[in-house]
Amino acid sequence: MTHFEPISPLSVLDPRDRGGPVQPLLTIQGLKKYFHSAGNSWFGAQSVVRAVDDISFVIHKGETLGVVGESGCGKSTTARLLMHLIKPDQGEIIFDGEKVGIDIPLTEFRRQVQMVFQDSYASLNPRLTIEDTISFGPRIHGMYESKARLISHDLLARVGLDPSRFAGRYPHELSGGQRQRINIARALAFNPRLLILDEAVSALDKSVEAQVLNLLQDLKEDFGLTYLFISHDLNVVRYMVDRVMVMYLGSIAEIGDGETVFSTPVHPYTKALLASMPSMDPDQPTREAPLSGDPPNPINPPSGCRFHPRCIMAEAACSQKRPALETTRHKKSMAACLLQNRDTPIPFPPIKVSGQ
Amino acid sequence: MTPNQALETQPVIARSPGYWHGVIKRFSRNHVAMGALIVILGLILMAVFAAYIAPADPIKGSMLRRLKPIGTPGFPLGADELGRDMLSRLIYGARLSLLMGLSPVPIAFVIGSLLGITAGYVGGLTNSLIMRTIDVFYAFPSVLLAVALSGALGAGLTNALISITLVFIPPITRVAESVTTQVRGLDYIDAARASGASSYTIIRVHILGNVLGPIFVYATGLVSVSMILASGLSFLGLGVRPPDPEWGLMLNTLRTAIYTQPLVAALPGAMIFLTSIAFNIVADGLRGAMDVKS
Repeated sequence: MTHFEPISPLSVLDPRDRGGPVQPLLTIQGLKKYFHSAGNSWFGAQSVVRAVDDISFVIHKGETLGVVGESGCGKSTTARLLMHLIKPDQGEIIFDGEKVGIDIPLTEFRRQVQMVFQDSYASLNPRLTIEDTISFGPRIHGMYESKARLISHDLLARVGLDPSRFAGRYPHELSGGQRQRINIARALAFNPRLLILDEAVSALDKSVEAQVLNLLQDLKEDFGLTYLFISHDLNVVRYMVDRVMVMYLGSIAEIGDGETVFSTPVHPYTKALLASMPSMDPDQPTREAPLSGDPPNPINPPSGCRFHPRCIMAEAACSQKRPALETTRHKKSMAACLLQNRDTPIPFPPIKVSGQ
Repeated sequence: MTPNQALETQPVIARSPGYWHGVIKRFSRNHVAMGALIVILGLILMAVFAAYIAPADPIKGSMLRRLKPIGTPGFPLGADELGRDMLSRLIYGARLSLLMGLSPVPIAFVIGSLLGITAGYVGGLTNSLIMRTIDVFYAFPSVLLAVALSGALGAGLTNALISITLVFIPPITRVAESVTTQVRGLDYIDAARASGASSYTIIRVHILGNVLGPIFVYATGLVSVSMILASGLSFLGLGVRPPDPEWGLMLNTLRTAIYTQPLVAALPGAMIFLTSIAFNIVADGLRGAMDVKS
């Protein structure tokens, strides 16, 4: 007995689908978010953090788009902007051909796009039982309590938790992996089409992480979901995604087919990032860190290409002209690097970076 | 049968006991706090049934029996400077003293929480407006503020209560604001916003439940301060008027007898001390019991 009918996978047409399988599920155009530090708004100059600086990309229906990058590169800000938890300064978000807030109301958009947060404990209200947490969303959209409760039990079962044992529990009685399953169940309560996973498995230990990743793969098929998968763990991203987007200091460095980007990266930053992965082969240990130092301060980002101060390939032009995303030679990805069409190939790791 | 099998065969949903159930359980395990709670209940009962317990009239005195020491036959706790029975006056005094200790706090709790939660949740300009106004009140020491307010309103019980209430609104607002700001930044509030909940629903379901506990604990601690402030106002002649028995006022009128009958003169002070320490211990016990992880 199921009380919850998931919309079938993409092979069968989703009744909410409008543009057909070719139309991107989400199109982001020129998204910008600057944070103004309020600390000294009365005295002295205001500093502006360019968290997300003019990014454009699309998420295709049914795919998993991975987002990778160092801390502070704007991954989470992008997620929050997409969820409309913070207001963008500029830019358009188009969901299945409809502009959010104009063609499709925000409430409807939020039923179709849901998010799972990194901190499994902070994202659950400690005073609510598990079933109350999961049924909260349907309840506020006018569903009867009894029906919402049945849905929450179904969802608990689908994320691998026995409803008879867990429905009446409180978050502090559960483990991190169990809590994250509950967060996933809550996000699924609306039967969304797009799920934003903001470092959803990063805080879990490895064995639990693997279980949750497999669960996510299964749910994706069962519910016909599209994922935006944000993570700093490159191995996890490589395992999960169809396409990948590499972010650096609030802008996109490289975006394209996952396998291609991982095997033949074009942007020097992508190469350095991949080289920073600990080697799994004892005969070829990672000898030195390919990237040293921290990313520059986004309050005062470098001129031209954001990456040029840390890039071994950098030329004079790099500090003047900001590169746009261009299709790379192998046509399977786009990179924002002025030097990508040079004849001399950009060296693969290890890249040596002189000190800051 | 292993416990696991038992759980699997169980058809009904295993329900964890509610939050408040746990709070009561943890509180009742704290013997000191339970003792303090019993003291408070005893004081309240004493105030309610003062007419039946008190051996003598608390107002009628006689100059013939002024300042009798403790243990005088017929006057177990002695007599005051007007020859009134101290025991009866202390028992009747619980009425006014508890009234003045207990009534300003709930009112200030409601107003302060309202202001603080609004400031904390809305943030921005509203927050600055509310909190900076509150800061103005912080510029004055609380006793001075209470004295000034009740002086301006005129002496009397009601005005004393109003002024104490006003004194308590700023600290409660501040606590409410800081707790709300903290809770508002947590991911579950974002998750609720992402599911399209209105601000009203978010405050009702997600903010209040997590915020009222800490504010309540803080407010409980203010009961003792309220009693001391009220006693202070009465002492200065701004609260209760003679001959009504109130512990603060009794302390004031008996201060002239401090050299002749120091023990008798100290009795009202001892009652204030007992009550306020009982409330403080209960507040402390509540704070501990409300911590889910303990």
